[in-house]
Amino acid sequence: MTARPPAYSKFRDAQAELERSGSVLFRDAEGNESLIIKFPYSINYIHSYAEDSPFFLGLAEGRLRGSKCRKPKCGFVFATPRSHCMVCGAPTEWIDLPLKGRLHSWTTCHFGSEAFLKETPYNLALVEFDGVGSVLLARLKDCVESDLYVGMPVEARFDPNPKYSITDIWFVPAR
Amino acid sequence: MPSRSSSRSNAKAKPRASAPKRPLTPVSKGRRVYMVTGGVTKFAKAHPSMDFRLMVKRAYDYAAKGIPNLTADRIDGTRISYFSDHFARQLKAASMVQDYLGMNPKGSVRIEWGGATGGECFQAAYEAVASGRMDVCLGAGFETMSRVQTWKGNEFIALASDTNFDFPLGGFYTGYYALMVNRHIYEYLRLGKFADVKDEREAQRLAIEEGSRIMSMVSVKNHLNALHNPYAQYPKRLTVDDVLRSEMISYPLTREQICTMSDGAAVVVLCSEERAKEFTDKPIRVIGVGTGTDTMRLADRPFGKVPLMPHERPKDYENLRYPGVHSFRAGRAAGLEAYRMAGITNPNRQLDFIELHDAYASSEIQTYEDLGLCKYGEGYSFVERGDPFLKEIDYGFPVPEAGAIPVNPSGGLIACGHPVGATGLMQAVFAFWQLQGTIPKHFGDPALQLHKPVRGAIHSHAGTGSAVTVSILERGYR
Repeated sequence: MTARPPAYSKFRDAQAELERSGSVLFRDAEGNESLIIKFPYSINYIHSYAEDSPFFLGLAEGRLRGSKCRKPKCGFVFATPRSHCMVCGAPTEWIDLPLKGRLHSWTTCHFGSEAFLKETPYNLALVEFDGVGSVLLARLKDCVESDLYVGMPVEARFDPNPKYSITDIWFVPAR
Repeated sequence: MPSRSSSRSNAKAKPRASAPKRPLTPVSKGRRVYMVTGGVTKFAKAHPSMDFRLMVKRAYDYAAKGIPNLTADRIDGTRISYFSDHFARQLKAASMVQDYLGMNPKGSVRIEWGGATGGECFQAAYEAVASGRMDVCLGAGFETMSRVQTWKGNEFIALASDTNFDFPLGGFYTGYYALMVNRHIYEYLRLGKFADVKDEREAQRLAIEEGSRIMSMVSVKNHLNALHNPYAQYPKRLTVDDVLRSEMISYPLTREQICTMSDGAAVVVLCSEERAKEFTDKPIRVIGVGTGTDTMRLADRPFGKVPLMPHERPKDYENLRYPGVHSFRAGRAAGLEAYRMAGITNPNRQLDFIELHDAYASSEIQTYEDLGLCKYGEGYSFVERGDPFLKEIDYGFPVPEAGAIPVNPSGGLIACGHPVGATGLMQAVFAFWQLQGTIPKHFGDPALQLHKPVRGAIHSHAGTGSAVTVSILERGYR
């Protein structure tokens, strides 16, 4: 057992003010007191899309671009781009993907992380395309949970005011 | 589809009495490694009166308590794990654990591998001993997730998904696991049990309803088991309906099917054979370790063939495109490596229990299949049959084959909590106590103690199945 410290009167004098800033004196079941403080932590990152840049620039032009392995014997086509082939290691080239596909899987998120809570509920979809070896994760709009099923035909839409984010493209049920 | 309708063929339950009690013959070029003790703090939403150093110290003191001659000077070095620098907001937090425990100037390294951080720490400690570099290695892990609100915490966790292509869509792991289980339900229930339903939407609706009901049985099991585990964060008595009616988080996953954020710590002590004998007459041997990986992005998971367990045949999976997003290839790879090393050819017969990474009730079912407890596609019927349940506990629904191979007898992550860097080590400690037969002593309750288990597995899993570890523990004494 550690000796109980004497009461800290200075904190209590200023308690109301400190609590407004988020600080509290927490007392547990054994009577131990812990001082909990709160402070902000934010940062602006400098982030390059680097070799993936053509994908994000393409979205702004209304183009959905994937990657095709340059090695003729391989030729794997990726819906989510990468500059080197995951199957054989050869460089890939940019290709235009079809703008129509099908739901490989889907969900409706009723919560999200803090940055996206205000957008809930939102739908996520893994979209598969004919002749493409992998799929693409995207938002799915203009539909509700009860409309959705695996295999449902969907088509792409692009943000007319691009933010240069993966959210510049989304899918809707095919007309 | 013959491959999927074969679900029933393997469905015969095996009597546990047939489980071989003799030790297996592990295949490893390394030295023999034994676990001699372990300790865990109670996992909680927050521990405002303990920082991460004190949490680890408490777990360490508990571990050392039973072994008077295990003093700090007899430990050669440490491996310390925590997942997130964002949660810690303290880089090199492991250095502060090391000095708090009085371990300077011994060697140490911080281990991080997403959700599998604790499992990797266990194996890093194993490797330190197996390689001959150390005779006694302390593995310690912790996480302090209470430092931000839950939804900010979800954001931190989702930073372990591709920040160009995945994170900006919602930054939400539960969403990713919901995508995976919806496809799993499609592959194995829509194309299985509901194959004859003509209307596509109706068939899928029925399949999801059925899958959700069975996932809820897993949640009931783990929460109820935890009622007898004083270390668990959220033990509770629930019904399938309670689970189904709890808040929808990401369709079809409800709140009670998902683990929560936790603060907590756990430690293990691993040593060579000679040292183990000096510390305890009940050492537990680590007879197999395995790891596997998969692509960070779900969208990149390829479609290929299933790497087969010894008891599976290619024709079992003729029409199955694998792994896609429905199964965890990393889990299968980790299981295969660990089983091969341990000499396990039929895990369902040769393991007495598994503590596995049930961050979601869905991933527990997917993991049964990855680890070969049943074939791919049989996970749902495996639950309904009751194989992973405990025989002595009343779950409120029939579990005819209960006790066949108990999974998460401790309550798992869903009920115990998931302080990431500690979780895989917590599983090791619970498995260690099971194999020693000391659960009644440590839990103050005999209900979860299995009858003389010989061998168990622990399984730790990182973000959407991008990495998995499996370790096999066996009673190392007669």
